[in-house]
Amino acid sequence: MLLKQELQKRILVIDGAMGTMIQKHHLTEADYRGERFKDWHVDVKGNNDLLCITQPKIIKGIHLLYLEAGADIIETNTFSSTVIAMADYDMQNLAYELNVAAAKCAREAVNEYQQKHPDAGPKFVAGAIGPLNKTLSLSPDVNNPGYRAVSFDEVANAYYEQIDGLVNGGVDILLIETIFDTLNAKGAIYAAKKYFRDKGIPELPIMISGTITDASGRTLSGQTLEAFYTSVMHANPISIGLNCALGAAEMRSHIEELSQIAACYTSAYPNAGLPNAMGEYDEAPHQTAHFIEEWAKQGFVNIVGGCCGTTPDHIKHIADNVRKMQPRPLPVVETTL
Amino acid sequence: MSTIKPFLRLSGLEPLVIRPETNFVNVGERTNVTGSKKFARLIRENKFEEALSVARQQVESGAQILDVNMDDALLEGVSAMTTYLNLLQSEPDIARIPIMIDSSKFEIIEAGLKCVQGKCIVNSISMKEGEEKFIEQAFICKSFGAAVIVMAFDEVGQADTKDRKIEICHRAYKILTEQVGFDPQDIIFDPNIFAIATGIEEHNNYAVDFIEATREIKRLMPLAKVSGGVSNVSFSFRGNDHVREAIHSVFLLHAIKAGMDMGIVNAGQLVVYDEIEPTLRALCEDVILNRNNDNNEATEKLIQHAETVKAKGKVEIKDEAWRKEPVEKRLAHSLINGITDYIDEDTEEARQKYPRPLDVIEGPLMDGMNIVGDLFGAGKMFLPQVVKSARVMKKSVAILTPYIEQEKEDRKQAHLAAGTVNEETAGAAKILLATVKGDVHDIGKNIVGVVLGCNGYDIVDMGVMVPADKILEAAEREKADIIGLSGLITPSLDEMVHIAKEMKRRNMKQPLLIGGATTSRMHTAVKIAPEYQNGVVHVLDASRSVTVAGSLLNKELKTPFLDELVQEYSKLKEGFDNKKSVKQYLSYAEALRNKVAIDWDSYTPPTPSFTGTKVFENYDLNELRTFIDWKPFFITWEMHGNFPAILTDEVVGSEATKLYNDANALLDKIIAEKWLTAKGVIGFWEAASNHDDVEVRTENNKFQLCFHRQQIKKAPGQPNLSLADFISPATANKKDHIGAFAVSIHGIEPHLERFEAAHDDYNKIMLQALADRFAEAFAEALHLHTRKEYWGYDAQEQLSPEELIKEQYKGIRPAPGYPACPDHTEKYKLFDLLNAQENAGISLTESLAMYPASSVCGWYFSHPQSQYFGIGKIEQDQFKDYAARKGMDEATAEKWLRPIL
Repeated sequence: MLLKQELQKRILVIDGAMGTMIQKHHLTEADYRGERFKDWHVDVKGNNDLLCITQPKIIKGIHLLYLEAGADIIETNTFSSTVIAMADYDMQNLAYELNVAAAKCAREAVNEYQQKHPDAGPKFVAGAIGPLNKTLSLSPDVNNPGYRAVSFDEVANAYYEQIDGLVNGGVDILLIETIFDTLNAKGAIYAAKKYFRDKGIPELPIMISGTITDASGRTLSGQTLEAFYTSVMHANPISIGLNCALGAAEMRSHIEELSQIAACYTSAYPNAGLPNAMGEYDEAPHQTAHFIEEWAKQGFVNIVGGCCGTTPDHIKHIADNVRKMQPRPLPVVETTL
Repeated sequence: MSTIKPFLRLSGLEPLVIRPETNFVNVGERTNVTGSKKFARLIRENKFEEALSVARQQVESGAQILDVNMDDALLEGVSAMTTYLNLLQSEPDIARIPIMIDSSKFEIIEAGLKCVQGKCIVNSISMKEGEEKFIEQAFICKSFGAAVIVMAFDEVGQADTKDRKIEICHRAYKILTEQVGFDPQDIIFDPNIFAIATGIEEHNNYAVDFIEATREIKRLMPLAKVSGGVSNVSFSFRGNDHVREAIHSVFLLHAIKAGMDMGIVNAGQLVVYDEIEPTLRALCEDVILNRNNDNNEATEKLIQHAETVKAKGKVEIKDEAWRKEPVEKRLAHSLINGITDYIDEDTEEARQKYPRPLDVIEGPLMDGMNIVGDLFGAGKMFLPQVVKSARVMKKSVAILTPYIEQEKEDRKQAHLAAGTVNEETAGAAKILLATVKGDVHDIGKNIVGVVLGCNGYDIVDMGVMVPADKILEAAEREKADIIGLSGLITPSLDEMVHIAKEMKRRNMKQPLLIGGATTSRMHTAVKIAPEYQNGVVHVLDASRSVTVAGSLLNKELKTPFLDELVQEYSKLKEGFDNKKSVKQYLSYAEALRNKVAIDWDSYTPPTPSFTGTKVFENYDLNELRTFIDWKPFFITWEMHGNFPAILTDEVVGSEATKLYNDANALLDKIIAEKWLTAKGVIGFWEAASNHDDVEVRTENNKFQLCFHRQQIKKAPGQPNLSLADFISPATANKKDHIGAFAVSIHGIEPHLERFEAAHDDYNKIMLQALADRFAEAFAEALHLHTRKEYWGYDAQEQLSPEELIKEQYKGIRPAPGYPACPDHTEKYKLFDLLNAQENAGISLTESLAMYPASSVCGWYFSHPQSQYFGIGKIEQDQFKDYAARKGMDEATAEKWLRPIL
């Protein structure tokens, strides 16, 4: 597999924030709606995933900026493209189409980039599978801890549909990311395994990226990092990693721990620091890159990039800093006690 | 290069790695309806929350994995498993360990797998129904990432001999690893533990068969694990726990030696092998290893011996004496102690005893909550406990509600039949809460919301800075039954008066509750209550809100309650009016002449190290932490006492310590993760006084600060104070200075939102309280550095934190709007001088509250005689003079100065 070959050779760079880049376009409600949804009965401004259908040029343009900056893996703009998350905009029926459209935006960007730079080497499209806005392990009702706003089957079905769209749209990787409730992620893994078995096609590589929400080193649903990894190992992922919530400075100890226990490759794409008083991310590209360079030097990582607040400039700095570094070697998985 | 070992890895909230040196893993068995009568009863009676205590007991007794089984013919297994596991996930102390989902029905197993985020064990699958089914089930387990227990069971039946056990396990192993793709370490065999000493000779070798099969299985498949249900082995001794425990212990000793990795046991009930009395131990050895057992000899001996030790069974002693009390007492006991275990039966008993279900709520339940309120008021209960009590109350009310509804319906039908019209309101009473316009403080309001919410009231929380018309419109729209107003700064008091007037104008009917730090019974009685006739009640603290709301919403209690209150308030008002008239005031001119006598000629004012402003962008929170005054923190939580004495207080000590530890843990996090930023500014300028004004000169501007003077007639020799007295008069020709500061804590919002989203009121309130403490600490820190360095008039100061809190330093830092300078509008000048909006990021609301809420500002005075004091009331002559000096029309001035007029 091409991805595996590349991972053996070098540290791969994944792209940076999509939302931050979309914000820079200062899009209006009308821009979000485009022609097709001009009479939609709900406001859709803020439905960034919808832009894959209504403003595909903008999304493709952002992908291209990241490819030009040096990203090897770009993520589809599908963080919320599920029947569950789209309910916020009453766009449940668009879930499948959004995933296909997003995968195409990313695929076209890669094609365009490779035509322009025929010697640039392989580039990959990762289908982004977000955490959903409803959780399976936590009750939204403080007085009723046994209540769940969504069922496992609903979650698995939603992810199944998303995966169907992503695969048909042409992604190379499935990326289950920003996991703050492991059971949701298990729903996505379940859906992926079932999807490939049902269709009788070879499994695409799965990347898994969890989110440690605070200095306790636990996920929002309360698991320690090792417990989280143990709970998703059965996905047989190509990589396990962390993204979001923390800046690189805060993420370091966790990615170090993960690098020691992971049998697969590791990934890390932190935010551009922690948000400042105004809620903005203000860590400069060279600062983020500096942290990540040190991780690479220590042999913690195989895939690096950025999450909230990072820009093509951040990715360029990161890519430049890790280009010459050795990737983390895979540990030997023993078969005897 | 690092290596990864093929250990069995499981997880709950925390990982469990089973290594060769792990020895033996205890799987807690009591959460099993087939094994525990108590658990079965709780589940059958739908007492899921109580059933959680069984799981907790297992974890506390050392269970490393929790076996959960809901196989009971009378239960809907899928929903019982789902409900129980979902509840378990909300108990971090239980969910810590991995779950073993135990059922003979695969649909129940699948339902369980859908509830647990950690890596579970499935107990169990087998080839009982053939290979195809076995493979299908194994695939499903694998797609959830679960390890599996495989029972030694095939198409023919359950394996009883050593050879059959080994054969079946080996076959299953090959299928799982070769066809399903299972990791060998995720396979656990249960080679069947059967009862021995049953009197049937064929059973005598069952323990040996298990032990020897285990040895061989582990040799053939070293990465696989062996488990078993240990209590089966002693089944024939049921009712004799003493002997059973001895048998278990002896059996395990041998089985573990042979390679058994884990077992389902009653965690907490395993005796230590060496502690078993020697005779019993020897008999157990013989029976388990099937020695000296021809013609059941060993078995007979053990049975005989068992009879003699039967009486020694342990008795669980628990103080249940209170259960013998009458139902009212029992309900009160449950409420006070936060016990939900018996609330269903007690509520039901009370319901049958009282004529109407509502009487139960208004009688015994409210009586219980009143005791809780009293205990809370007396500091003998603490907020977290009150919340727990409230939960018990809520449960009980929930049981009664359907009966109350039914009663209402019956009455309605009766009315309809009789043709009489009746208006019934349905649903929980609604209480609308708001912090009034101009005020941003909401910690207290949030606590009230939580406590009332836990009492079953429907809370509409409108947040902070809510204008009167918004509050009243919402109250009308939502049909609120009670309106509660909160405020912390003094202008909020007037806003509350305004709202009371508006309620009267709008002809509203709801009672009005008044709460918050600056509010008082006196102010409510004197200023607010006279403006609105349908009930104005000052509520001292959150716990009182429950009884007050209860009384106001009860048709029978409401009128007497309000009548009593009206009498009480009018007495208070009378007393206030009388007192007011006996106080003697000087004329303003006289007061001015009785100023502080300072010999300016022989005094040299200290010169600050700079003039103009100095900005602190991101002050070190670690330093500020050392300045925190904890006493007000505990007051926020309605715990009154001195710090640190409160931590060891006989009554509140343990709760206070818990709170203090939680606060410090959060502080660690706040600091380490930079949640908050401390931003501040200080400044010094040349200043000279002119009567009660102080003229401040900046580089290119002049400010006229206006102060008040005490006007009450003082004892001979005592001055009538004004802050202006502490600045040298222009006529003295000395170069004096005044200083000012404004500090603020930024960045709290995203974290509050997060806690809010997680329904975590506790941490939300905690964070707000800590931010407030940081702001105060920041003011304290800058004042210290001002005295020692920036102004430097007391470079030698050496004060302990306690002395700082007691304000034993030289010079003062009074804030506009507080007793020494009660005019809030002077803040504008202070903000202009400091450019505080930009330099400290603070904005002023129309009521001159500061935003962010955790902000402090004030003036610095350096004169050694300067002191804190209150202006008290002023007379008309000073009022008119002040308004004229300030260039403010009298109506506006009156609005702002109302508290001192």
